[in-house]
Amino acid sequence: MKGNKGTREERVASALLREIGRLLRDPLQIMEVCGTHTVAIFRSGIRSLLPEGIELISGPGCPVCVTPTGEIDRAIALTERDGVILATFGDLMRVPGTDSSFIQRRAEGGDIRVILSPLEAVRMAEEERKRKVVFFAVGFETTSPAIAASVLEAERRGLDNFYLLSSQRLIPPAIEALLSGGKVAIDGFLLPGHVSVIIGKAPYGFIAERFGVPGVITGFEPLDILEGILMLVRQRREGRAEIQIQYRRAVKEEGNPRARELMEQVFTPVDSRWRGLGTIPESGLSLREEFSRMKAEEAFDLPYIERPDPPGCLCGEVLQGVKAPPDCPLFGGRCTPQSPVGPCMVSSEGTCAAYYKYGGSR
Amino acid sequence: MCLGIPGKVISKREGDLAEVDFGGVRREVSLMLCPEAEVGDYVLVHVGFAIQRLEEEEALETLKLFEEIAKSLERE
Amino acid sequence: MRPNRILLSHGAGGKMTHELIEELFLEAFENEVLRALEDSALLTASGSRVAFTTDSYVVKPLFFPGGDIGRLSVCGTVNDLAMLGARPLGLSASFILEEGFPIEDLKRVIASMREAATEAGVGIVAGDTKVVEQGAAEGLYITTSGVGIVPDGVRIRGDGARPGDLVIVSGPIGDHEIAVLLARGDFSIEGEVRSDCAPLNGLVEEMLRTSLRIHALRDPTRGGLATVLWELAQASGVGIVIEEDSIPMREEVKGVCELLGYDPYYLANEGKLVAILPEEEAPRVLEAMRSHPLGREAAVIGEVREEPKGRVLLKTRIGGHRLLEPLSGEQLPRIC
Repeated sequence: MKGNKGTREERVASALLREIGRLLRDPLQIMEVCGTHTVAIFRSGIRSLLPEGIELISGPGCPVCVTPTGEIDRAIALTERDGVILATFGDLMRVPGTDSSFIQRRAEGGDIRVILSPLEAVRMAEEERKRKVVFFAVGFETTSPAIAASVLEAERRGLDNFYLLSSQRLIPPAIEALLSGGKVAIDGFLLPGHVSVIIGKAPYGFIAERFGVPGVITGFEPLDILEGILMLVRQRREGRAEIQIQYRRAVKEEGNPRARELMEQVFTPVDSRWRGLGTIPESGLSLREEFSRMKAEEAFDLPYIERPDPPGCLCGEVLQGVKAPPDCPLFGGRCTPQSPVGPCMVSSEGTCAAYYKYGGSR
Repeated sequence: MCLGIPGKVISKREGDLAEVDFGGVRREVSLMLCPEAEVGDYVLVHVGFAIQRLEEEEALETLKLFEEIAKSLERE
Repeated sequence: MRPNRILLSHGAGGKMTHELIEELFLEAFENEVLRALEDSALLTASGSRVAFTTDSYVVKPLFFPGGDIGRLSVCGTVNDLAMLGARPLGLSASFILEEGFPIEDLKRVIASMREAATEAGVGIVAGDTKVVEQGAAEGLYITTSGVGIVPDGVRIRGDGARPGDLVIVSGPIGDHEIAVLLARGDFSIEGEVRSDCAPLNGLVEEMLRTSLRIHALRDPTRGGLATVLWELAQASGVGIVIEEDSIPMREEVKGVCELLGYDPYYLANEGKLVAILPEEEAPRVLEAMRSHPLGREAAVIGEVREEPKGRVLLKTRIGGHRLLEPLSGEQLPRIC
């Protein structure tokens, strides 16, 4: 019944888990920042295997979850304009705005297209010269270089019907805001593997140096996550606080300089609002002056209207790691993946969705 | 927030584009962020862009590498 | 946010489809037979148990590697009958054709249906044709209905799973949905995956010849493996645990799932079945399946337990556990 590989993986997992159990002394609260880690942890079943004393809490690394309702509403408003094609990643289709969602708008006749790559939006603009293609870009540093490269490509091809509505954010400022806020005790971070492919190790230095908290840049396979947890447990046991790379096969200390170059060429850091965390200085990306023609907010005169979070919704606190999904009064009752109230439930990697879909109570 | 899949560069196309193989299925990928990637290289792909070159051995033999780690733990 | 319009998710075969059926159709058409929500309705007539089923086929593109809308329409209905252990007696086929549809293509579809019907050993005995204006029907829609007889001694129901039973799948999952996805070209992924579309009544007859104690059969079409197992767990009031490592899947299907962020347990299959049967019957039935062309890669993938009632658990590659919920709505590709 079992394939060879399964047995091998289980054996390695057991060895890693044994070592974690052996080295663990005091209870540890480990925050995994990245939404993709949240899902990977649940899907791998690691929660059902970790020893007592290790608490995994999810952080704000879910780009869909931290996008404020007002920004979703603004993008949805665009879909009501004539001649506009809105291109976006699948992750955003079900996010509830105040009155509607992209999926609802598509059913009503809005031209909304799911893309896998920002280059597809550029191609769309080339193929449909009479229409205006707006790419609604949500993501972190993993995705921003690709978006920057696509902006440059659109420029190169002279596509004046290509626009960008940017909701991009940066991870290190969010981690700093969390640590400075002091609302949740964090003994160690599992740092986002793919963001780190781009930014490398250096930007996380402050976590160890200023706050004395260890961080391990971790991959997404089950064994990666187990090794990452082991490295954190080992650091705590030995009284160290360093930034380490577990995801050695993909993350270089210097990250990807070429990717950062393109990012810096096209975007500039700006203050940004995060659901749950409030406004964090220099935590978002906006198009530089040279590319301002592509700024959808200006080209379409889209005002940003601040919207309250739905009453009872605890997404903000869940994103900070202060509350867990079962603590929310709406969880599993009024708020489920089919009828989500907040983004933590609708996002494919939202903490609440992960708890609901994979984890039951743990 | 980031699905990154390893794939093998099969051929180069016009501009910065390349054909990459993912376990038997293929898709076009941009090498704009990884211009040094060559045919035969393994790359990590996110939203249609190669974001890093991977060592072939590490891309293919991840489990073997983990087994070595596990072995070293047992020796301690 | 309750939708006030039909969404694509209502057709995905998961929770939203169920809700639509419960709240709109069951409410109105209230009757015991319908409420059972089996793949086919079971009616009794003059002492015989008659299975009756219907399905519509709206697949795009119409032709894909491994099949087409015609083959799908015959196999889908034959399989719904086969999941109750019924031998197909006859099928009907209704065609809604778009004005302008090439007659050559229609000939291809019809030839394909004849081939599939021959494989299944059943005749297409009634039909209808309608033509609608250009712009509607996207070329062609087919609706097939089927009637079959459940032989004496065969009792296969959704509520038949018992703790201690084993769960068998007849082959690799996900082929059909991925084949159609690749053929649509939406995501510019190139690959050679063929739909597994096939009539399963022959395989089921082989299995029943070996053992009459098969408790449940389902073909994991829309909603995939996870959804049908959840339906069985709910209907039978048992828990089902399956092992990630044991579930057969092609490398290419895995590759596409990784590229799109899809979960393979929710992909549609059109030539596979899941069987739940007592442990002692499993080795013989498995052998019979493996000697049939449609069951060569059949494998035991899990077992039925008392708890957790009504739920499905997946034992992961590293030995942990996670819940497998039924599909909610259509799967959307994700980058995160």
